[in-house]
Amino acid sequence: MTLRLPRPLERFFEEMGRYVLMEGRIFAWTPRPPYDWRELFRQMVKVGIGSIPVVFLTTMFTGGVMALQTFTVLRRINAESFVAAGVSLSMVRELACVLSGLIVAGRAGSAMGAELGTMRVTEQIDALEVMATDPVHYLVVPRVWATTIMLPFLVLMGDFVGILGGYLVAVPLMGANPVTYIDRTFQFMDLNDLFSGLIKAAVFGHLLAVIGCQMGYYTKGGAEGVGRSTTAAVVIASIAILISDFFLTRILF
Amino acid sequence: MADAKIRIRDLRKSFGPKLVLDGVDVEVAQAESLVIIGGSGTGKSVLLKHVIGLLKPDSGTIEVDGEAVEKLGSRDIVEFRRRFGMSFQEGALFDSMTVWQNVAFPLQRLRKLSRQEIDERVKECLAMVRLEGVEEKLPSQLSGGMRRRVGFARAVAHQPEILLFDEPTTGLDPVTTALIDEVIVDLNDRLKTTTLTITHDMESAFRIGDRIAMLHRGKIIATAPPEEFRRLDDPRVQQFIHGQAVGPLSEEDPSREPREVGRLETP
Repeated sequence: MTLRLPRPLERFFEEMGRYVLMEGRIFAWTPRPPYDWRELFRQMVKVGIGSIPVVFLTTMFTGGVMALQTFTVLRRINAESFVAAGVSLSMVRELACVLSGLIVAGRAGSAMGAELGTMRVTEQIDALEVMATDPVHYLVVPRVWATTIMLPFLVLMGDFVGILGGYLVAVPLMGANPVTYIDRTFQFMDLNDLFSGLIKAAVFGHLLAVIGCQMGYYTKGGAEGVGRSTTAAVVIASIAILISDFFLTRILF
Repeated sequence: MADAKIRIRDLRKSFGPKLVLDGVDVEVAQAESLVIIGGSGTGKSVLLKHVIGLLKPDSGTIEVDGEAVEKLGSRDIVEFRRRFGMSFQEGALFDSMTVWQNVAFPLQRLRKLSRQEIDERVKECLAMVRLEGVEEKLPSQLSGGMRRRVGFARAVAHQPEILLFDEPTTGLDPVTTALIDEVIVDLNDRLKTTTLTITHDMESAFRIGDRIAMLHRGKIIATAPPEEFRRLDDPRVQQFIHGQAVGPLSEEDPSREPREVGRLETP
């Protein structure tokens, strides 16, 4: 008699195994020619430029909310002057990269799941293989590196926009002194804070793209299957981002 | 058959509990056109995907020119597939590319040709399936039949030595069907291409096949040249040829019918 794991656990290990295999294939294929620079560039535009508006709005309002919240709380202990540092440090170290990661997972990761999933169920991936083209090389490699490269840039913008959002709430709305506020924004921050946020961003970008592509690549079962893959791409990538965030924070700070 | 180009021995494959191929034995000679017929869901596509290494068998062997396909590593299989052209059921065109880019794809990937040579070959292949002036269209702008024909043109574009056709004429009008059949016969006669076609269109099968084989319940139950095949006294063959609703083929255990053709593995 063979012992079987409960179904959800079995699925978990199956997906983990696929993830490891997928990473292996991505790293094995990346250095091999032909290099498809045009496709890489196309994906960078699609993921990077296309996500600017959502990342802008998310970080702007998060920065604003941070200022509102910390202002209310810190006033109780007469420490309003630390609002600026609170907003800037939490944006740069944590919020910009996690929120951008989640938003891009919803926007670009889901699109990868749907695109590759459709290609799988309509036999386009088989057709690629038949024409001596490795689908991971052709489809997955450019998507993954485009996202890995672009997410740190989005987060850099998000850092700035988030701090701006905090400023716009604290100074005109709450009446903080603009000079002191800007001064305090950078007083406690060093480059490590910035870089660790950007490193996280690259890891999140990589994770969400690999997971999105993986879900699409292993799609089965027609239109319904594509729907499942798209949902899974977002849900699993989001969870992976949040869990890896914890461990990255432990390692990087 | 001594000079078999493709030799399949005792091929078995199941997807989960469903046994799809149950010991298939079949051979295709050099420059021969073999047609495999069989009802929907009898595993014809699965068989074809084994030949080109898209699926790996549970047991048994597939040899092409004496080389065991199932033993090829991921790099060797890329080289191996250069010799093949395959057309898929619904065309499987890349929907982000134009018709021109689709047909040019194997030429760019598999052969070293100049842009002009590629352009000429694309035009030639599209003319062969009577499609002209659609080069710049996207697959979504074409009818189902046109997409099939583009898929067919793409499969033959790089002049492969072995062609695999997955239901090349299903759902096409009779005139286009006859046209595609002619192209297959021509490729076979003129370029000595080895072709393996699966279909359930009997008229097509008789037109293009040097031999016809019938796949039933995961096994090849009959193989014969067209004229002989027509006269076989196996009631299952006769029922299929004449398209009768009642007969031995209809008395199947439906639980054995494979529904979803899995694509669980990738080499």
